[in-house]
Amino acid sequence: MATFQEFIQQNEDRDGVRFSWNVWPSSRLEATRMVVPVAVLFTPLKERPDLPPIQYEPVLCSRATCRAVLNPLCQVDYRAKLWACNFCYQRNQFPPTYAGISEMNQPAELLPQFSTIEYVVQRGPQMPLIFLYVVDTCMEDDDLQALKESLQMSLSLLPPTALVGLITFGRMIQVHELGCEGISKSYVFRGTKDLSAKQLQDMLGLTKPAGTQAGRGPQVPQAPPSNRFLQPVQRIDMNLTDLLGELQRDPWPVTQGKRPLRSLGVALSIAVGLLECTFPNTGARIMTFIGGPATQGPGMVVGDELKSPIRSWHDIEKDNAKFMKKATKHYEALANRASANGHIIDIYACALDQTGLLEMKCCANHTGGYMVMADSFNTSLFKQTFQRVFNKDVQGSFKMAFAGTLEIKTSRELKVSGAIGPCVSLNAKGPCVSENEIGTGGTCQWKICGLDQNSTLALYFEVVNQHNAPIPQGGRGAVQFVTQYQHSSGQRRIRVTTIARNWADAQTQIQSIAASFDQEASAILMARLAVYRAETEEGPDVLRWLDRQLIRLFMFHLRRSPFLQVFNNSPDESSYYRHHFMRQDLTQSLIMIQPILYAYSFNGPPEPVLLDSSSILPDRILLMDTFFQILIYHGETVAQWRKAGYQEMPEYENFRHLLQAPVDDAQEILHSRFPMPRYIDTEHGGSQARFLLSKVNPSQTHNNMYAWGQESGAPILTDDVSLQVFMDHLKKLAVSSAA
Amino acid sequence: MNLNQQPHMASPYAPPQPGYQMYPQPGYGAPHPTQQYAPYNGHTSLYQQGAPPAGYSPYSGFATKTYAANVLSDSFSSSPPNLGQGRAPPVSGAPPVSASDSYSQYAQGNVQNGPPSVPSQPQRPPVSQSYAPATVHPGTQPTYHQPYEAPTTSVQQITGHMAGMHIGGPAPNLAGSTYAPPPSSQPMSSAAFTSTGPPNYTPQLASASQPPSSMSMTPGPPPSMYGAPPTSQPSFPGAPTPPQSAFAGVTPAAPPVSQQSFPTGAPMSQPHYSSVPTSSSQPSMGGPVLQQPPFGAVPPASAQSQFPGAAQPPVSQPSPYHSVPPAAAAGFPPPGGATVTAPPRHPGMQGPPFANQSMSAPPASQPNHTGAGMPPGPPIGGVQGPPPQPGLQGFHPQQNGAFGQMRPPQSGYAAPYPGQQNFGIQPPPPAAAPPAQKRLDPDSIPSPQASETQPVQKTRHRIDPDAIPSPIQVIEDDKANKGSEPFITGVRGQVPPLVTTTFQVKDQGNASPRFIRCTAYNMPCTSDMAKQSQVPLAAIIKPLATLPPDEGPLHLVDHGEGGPIRCNRCKAYMCPYMQFIEGGRRFQCSFCSCVTDVPPHYFQHLDHTGRRVDCYERPELHLGSYEFLATVDYCKNNKLPQPPAFIFLIDVSYNAVKSGLVAVVCEELKTLLDHLPRESVDEESRIRVGFVTYNKVLHFYNVKSSLAQPQMMVVSDVSEMFVPLLDGFLVSVGESRVVINSLLDQIPEIFADTRETETVFGPVVQAGLEALKAADCAGKLFIFHSSLPIAEAPGKLKNREDKKLVGTDKEKSLFQPQVSFYGNLAKECVAQGCCVDIFLFPNQFVDVTTLSVVACSTGGSVYKYSHFQAQTDRDRFLNDLRRDVQKPMGFDAVMRVRTSTGIRATDFFGSFYMSNTTDVELAGLDSDKTVTVEFRHDDKLSEDTGAFMQCAVLYTSCSGQRRLRVHNLSVSCCTQLADLYRNCETDAVISYFAKHAYRTVLSSPTKNVRDVLVNQCAQILACYRKNCASPSSAGQLILPECMKLLPVYLNCVLKSDVLQPSAELSLDDRAYLRQLVSCMDVAESHVFFYPRLLPLQKLDVEGDALPVAMRDSEERLSRAGLYLLENGLNLFLWVGSAIPQDLLHNVFGTASFSQIDPNMTSLPVLDNPFSKRIREIIESIRAQRSRYMKLMVVKQDDRLEILFKRFLVEDKNSSGGASYVDFLCHMHKEIRQLLS
Repeated sequence: MATFQEFIQQNEDRDGVRFSWNVWPSSRLEATRMVVPVAVLFTPLKERPDLPPIQYEPVLCSRATCRAVLNPLCQVDYRAKLWACNFCYQRNQFPPTYAGISEMNQPAELLPQFSTIEYVVQRGPQMPLIFLYVVDTCMEDDDLQALKESLQMSLSLLPPTALVGLITFGRMIQVHELGCEGISKSYVFRGTKDLSAKQLQDMLGLTKPAGTQAGRGPQVPQAPPSNRFLQPVQRIDMNLTDLLGELQRDPWPVTQGKRPLRSLGVALSIAVGLLECTFPNTGARIMTFIGGPATQGPGMVVGDELKSPIRSWHDIEKDNAKFMKKATKHYEALANRASANGHIIDIYACALDQTGLLEMKCCANHTGGYMVMADSFNTSLFKQTFQRVFNKDVQGSFKMAFAGTLEIKTSRELKVSGAIGPCVSLNAKGPCVSENEIGTGGTCQWKICGLDQNSTLALYFEVVNQHNAPIPQGGRGAVQFVTQYQHSSGQRRIRVTTIARNWADAQTQIQSIAASFDQEASAILMARLAVYRAETEEGPDVLRWLDRQLIRLFMFHLRRSPFLQVFNNSPDESSYYRHHFMRQDLTQSLIMIQPILYAYSFNGPPEPVLLDSSSILPDRILLMDTFFQILIYHGETVAQWRKAGYQEMPEYENFRHLLQAPVDDAQEILHSRFPMPRYIDTEHGGSQARFLLSKVNPSQTHNNMYAWGQESGAPILTDDVSLQVFMDHLKKLAVSSAA
Repeated sequence: MNLNQQPHMASPYAPPQPGYQMYPQPGYGAPHPTQQYAPYNGHTSLYQQGAPPAGYSPYSGFATKTYAANVLSDSFSSSPPNLGQGRAPPVSGAPPVSASDSYSQYAQGNVQNGPPSVPSQPQRPPVSQSYAPATVHPGTQPTYHQPYEAPTTSVQQITGHMAGMHIGGPAPNLAGSTYAPPPSSQPMSSAAFTSTGPPNYTPQLASASQPPSSMSMTPGPPPSMYGAPPTSQPSFPGAPTPPQSAFAGVTPAAPPVSQQSFPTGAPMSQPHYSSVPTSSSQPSMGGPVLQQPPFGAVPPASAQSQFPGAAQPPVSQPSPYHSVPPAAAAGFPPPGGATVTAPPRHPGMQGPPFANQSMSAPPASQPNHTGAGMPPGPPIGGVQGPPPQPGLQGFHPQQNGAFGQMRPPQSGYAAPYPGQQNFGIQPPPPAAAPPAQKRLDPDSIPSPQASETQPVQKTRHRIDPDAIPSPIQVIEDDKANKGSEPFITGVRGQVPPLVTTTFQVKDQGNASPRFIRCTAYNMPCTSDMAKQSQVPLAAIIKPLATLPPDEGPLHLVDHGEGGPIRCNRCKAYMCPYMQFIEGGRRFQCSFCSCVTDVPPHYFQHLDHTGRRVDCYERPELHLGSYEFLATVDYCKNNKLPQPPAFIFLIDVSYNAVKSGLVAVVCEELKTLLDHLPRESVDEESRIRVGFVTYNKVLHFYNVKSSLAQPQMMVVSDVSEMFVPLLDGFLVSVGESRVVINSLLDQIPEIFADTRETETVFGPVVQAGLEALKAADCAGKLFIFHSSLPIAEAPGKLKNREDKKLVGTDKEKSLFQPQVSFYGNLAKECVAQGCCVDIFLFPNQFVDVTTLSVVACSTGGSVYKYSHFQAQTDRDRFLNDLRRDVQKPMGFDAVMRVRTSTGIRATDFFGSFYMSNTTDVELAGLDSDKTVTVEFRHDDKLSEDTGAFMQCAVLYTSCSGQRRLRVHNLSVSCCTQLADLYRNCETDAVISYFAKHAYRTVLSSPTKNVRDVLVNQCAQILACYRKNCASPSSAGQLILPECMKLLPVYLNCVLKSDVLQPSAELSLDDRAYLRQLVSCMDVAESHVFFYPRLLPLQKLDVEGDALPVAMRDSEERLSRAGLYLLENGLNLFLWVGSAIPQDLLHNVFGTASFSQIDPNMTSLPVLDNPFSKRIREIIESIRAQRSRYMKLMVVKQDDRLEILFKRFLVEDKNSSGGASYVDFLCHMHKEIRQLLS
């Protein structure tokens, strides 16, 4: 067997799992002592181009409380055509279609390499994808123009059968009826009054869907259901393009000193309601584009008086944010309604000021929607990010999936405590549900309305095996992840991942357990836990909790990260950062916590350097990737050279190459990342250099005089402790606590 | 009442009911069959002849007196009285007075001078009107003078009367001052007659040549009178007697009376007669002679009656006539000749009048006049004509016949003779017998007091309907007298021509009667007087009335940045009544007497009379009506207004689509939008338009010009209405034409398949209101609505029509809105200047009461088209719509009426809202809207200065200009009741009464409302009788000339659908009528309550004059006739079952009566002069009214006829409304009770 490193990597590639421990302590007591729980970062839809979906449905364990899927870990009696469930030990008959089964003729799900396998459900109608655009019209004309173009462009990216709908809002909310001839028609609602789904249904005339066209009768299961507001792209392509083209900036006058009235809260409510009563339990995306905060009606986050600024962390701490609670409640209710029906809410917020992401975060967080924050719709950040939403895989289908549910089955010794990630609980009790909740717990099923190949959940387990009931040597614990989702082709699919790990007695085999420790996964898992708590608890408390937990070097950066520190970040930014942290996979999460710093110089090939102020040298170009930002920093000397225009001179072509190298690398990162990072090109002394300076370890400050004036590095003017100090303190702490 | 009741009448009515349901628009119909056709026809023809003759303004005057006359003598049977006064005729002339006395003696003679004709038009008028007026005016007064003189005359007469009466004193003075003649007359009167007689004459004299007249009069008449009277009397007896048999006592009495009267009054009157009589009474005299013969036979009587008519003329012309009269007496022809020469009319007039007078009560009337202060009658003076009617009923009938004839005579002075001749002829037609019987009734009338039973028993004794004051007569007289001369407004306190008369107005300092009409042009100086008389003091103001082209638009005055010059204290605007003092540096307000400095820029020197030198250069200093340009201070929020907007809100529910409404509206709007109101200087209208459709939800349309196609925005949340768009909702038609047309093309298609049947209404109004708010402008909503709004929304209503409540104390709740929502909404609308017009197309109950609240409070209109079907109702609806959209109007208006200290505007009626007690707020004010203002005393008025009122309307014009329209009116003040009665306008009084009553039904049971009306009317008349009429028997009915039609009109109000509904009438219809009446002007209310009935069978296809109208009674319809009836809302063509073949063919193009399609809404276009002319007439009638009338063809004995009969208002109707005759008797009884 290879090293644990390889094993871990292999597992991640194949199954999309990263366990904090790859050998599990065999008793609860020992597990608790290890501080870092047995947990896993699971990427349900890990991209597997090599995995062909199987065109039949999985075989389930017949025990009603188990219903585990047949997997390679099951013992099979080929003669009797029986198989034993490896979770509940129930013996099951193979279904008739498996009559031909034999050791030589095994179905795919029994092959070890198919520990992850994907089934296609044949039953049921193929549901079209649904995209409902919710567009703010209170924005500057050029912003609106850019947005309109992006939206029009997006139409061309949609499959022709996809249903699209359009809701625009400003002071009023307009639900546009599509496909009208000769006249464009929309239903208008005022932005100050929330409507229940029932009311909305009445008002939109959806009570009798067949009313005008199909005649009587209940909803006929014929054809893909559509209605006046959601219609196939192929049918109303031109119509919608024109409609978008004619979109006007909200015409209601905005007097001086006021914000435009923006009825975001009700607009979202209507969008949710519309889908709720037309396409429940069908994958759908509500794509919300906002150019500012909601200023009226339910869900408003700030009044329309410009003189009263939107809440800051300071206000929140002082309990001075009068709209926040109500707004949060409103959006949470919406998020719950949407997630209950499998609908995704995306938020694309483009404004210089805050737009209320703090209040709305749950919409994206609970439904697996995207949250994108940019300064303007007229930036490449938004345009490309939005375009990337519709990226397709090699088979030509969207990388997004809809209305997923994740179910977990565990061996008896293990129970699941909870999940942290873009999901909501389905409140499914079962034998494998732990009483200790971590994150969203109390269930073995979660709903993940929107997921893509990077969506990653952190799942926390609890070892329940008692110390006095040892597990026999070589015993293995198993976990099965069953992910049902709606593929972008409209098919329902089920992906099953079954993994097993060895049990080990912590007293005798502590080495092997320690060796199986996955530092990175653990860090992220703990970080998620910390962020989750940060969302609900006071910031300092979380830090203290974190400090008390096992701490490793890299927690230093976590403590300084925007995920836990709100200083210098607006509430919206914090929400934004946390949102992405909670759903990205391990690699990305790592970058978020500890940005990567590359140095380019004439001294050699690009090399990663310490995220430390000492890395900032005059003759270097630095490339920093913080996930949210890509920053190219030109050292003092390099900047001067550049200013002098050396790169233009043929004899300094090497300098031109040097300048170009980080830009190329940055482009590469930009291309692959979602959402698009903010791209910053700066230099020594530039204002934007602050992004870099705030990230590096302040090993040299105005306080430690010994470093002052040295050749290398740049001093950072901060009172924050440097890693050195932190480590010193930490060591002291570790010793004292051990004592 | 019973007495009067004529069984015939009654019977016909009974049946009516069934009809209604049938008719889509049940509203009004009430059929009245008229009986006596022949006479009318005769009349007509006669008329034509007569018409030419000319102005009979005097008539009115006569009328007044007439009553008196009528009243007086049974014998004379003053015209009204028809009752017993038969004799009157003889008496008529002078006798009146005496007659009256005599009557009194006779008691029986309740003679009802019914002829309220004073100002108004006595129906009988033929007689009275034509005569008196004609003579008087024509003869005497030149155009200008006429007014003056006329008045004077009247005055004199009055005075004379007064003198005779009690009043005498003041009146004389007036008269005296004015006219030299008066004196003479007075002497006459005073000396000779205490009673009226003289005055009349005097007036006449005054106008004409007094001396001669008097001279001749006296001498001639008396003799004739006497001579005649006797004769006549005999005749009467003959005629009446039979009928009277029942009355036996009465009859006999009557005759004596008349005789007696003659004797007694005679002296008095006779003198008059002698002078006037000759002419007037004389005519009677002369006429008498002639007539007498007639008298012998009833017919003659009629003839005489005519004479009476003529008599009046005589008054004026008396002198000439007098001379002539004798001759005339001998042979009418002479008079005719005389007449012709001198005062053509007079002669004619006289002849007839006299006849009438003599016939009926002339004597009485005259006396009354004299005594009563027939005052009104200056013109009337001669008027006594009416009395003629009273002239024994017998006469009346004859008279009727006569009237017809009469008029003719009138018209052609020469005619008189002819007339007489006619009479002679007519007499026969009159079917002397019937009339006679009727006359008898009159006699019975007196008895009403005695017992109602009598009447019943004495069924035979009927009051002759022809003997009681005839509206037609009064109208025609007024036309003849006042129609030819322009009405100069310069003189304070003069009564303008009737609304039915076409006349030109010259503004010389008082507002044209087209803008303001008053109930009284002589206001009592004290509240005690006002209280005593019970005559309502009210002004009916139509601020934006359309003027005929020859009167030109109002001048627009700009006083610069400071705004209009106003009184510092009461804020009255600069007007001709302001007195400049101190060399022009200051002016004293005529309303509150406050002295205000003249701003330097407005200063101007005064001339030697104290008037500003620039008086005639500034409209505000010499005109009654003008406009100021308002400054920003007069604008809402101190911001100049935006041009207003029109918003069309169209119901697109199933019913509306199915009936074709939606398609019709959309199609029409395409062209109609080119005709939005605009200033003459603008190329195109500045009014912006917006469109909304709705059923249970609302659809707004964005029709911005830059759009490729219209956008529809649906608002389903109707609980709190809002406007979903700002830009592109209200657009200029010119700019967005393409998009609008595209929209209008599509609307019918979009909703073609709708199945939505529920509608909302409250949110619709709110939507329009919000749209205007958002656009910050005033405007008007046009709502096309089909059904009761039962969908869940604010303002939701339920069906509450409950026929069981009708007639109970709870009935009033039916007139109250069922929810307060619309009232509150209306307030908001007013605040924004949002006027709401509602077009209703109901198939069943829609609760007009509640829905119309919004329109009624915002100056809007309600139109109702029950069971609308595009093919049949299209024209009516579209014409209404066109007119409604195009008519000139002002927006966001505030009206304030300021008055002289002493009176105050206390109550207001119409479509508006008032948030305080003085400002009338009108979100919209169009050219048809009328506001009625009631005045009360809060102090004394001065006789010297008179009373002033200034009505100022601040409004936004259709181009968005803020303007102030000012109307000024000065009226005289009087300390004598007689002056008041002489200068009032019955049509206006009725209009006021109706509006007041229609509002009172909200708070009292309709029965109480009716009783109060009757009571007030009785008090008015009783007060007159007590204070102004010459003493006479209590049994006489004496009516002021100006108010002789009060009973008949009042009766029409009492039995109108609102106050006394028929069983089939829906609540909606009543509510609809109720709100309609509240903002009608006098002309509309007049024809509404007393429909115009035109005989068409003898149409003069060459001329362009309309045939003379007939009284609304079934018995006057001929089976061989063709009649057109209209009341401003309905238009019927009644076809007699015996209609001649050629007529049938010419008009309908069919061969038989049964082939006439009763469903046709327009006559076939046939190429013959008759068809053309009829269609022209129909068109011209429609053009006169503010609402298009759909033609309904009613075949005799067809089901529809029941509906039609409801409009024959002189007849009894199915729902218990009394006939005219019955009501008159009832009124008389009431009066007597008050007097005793």
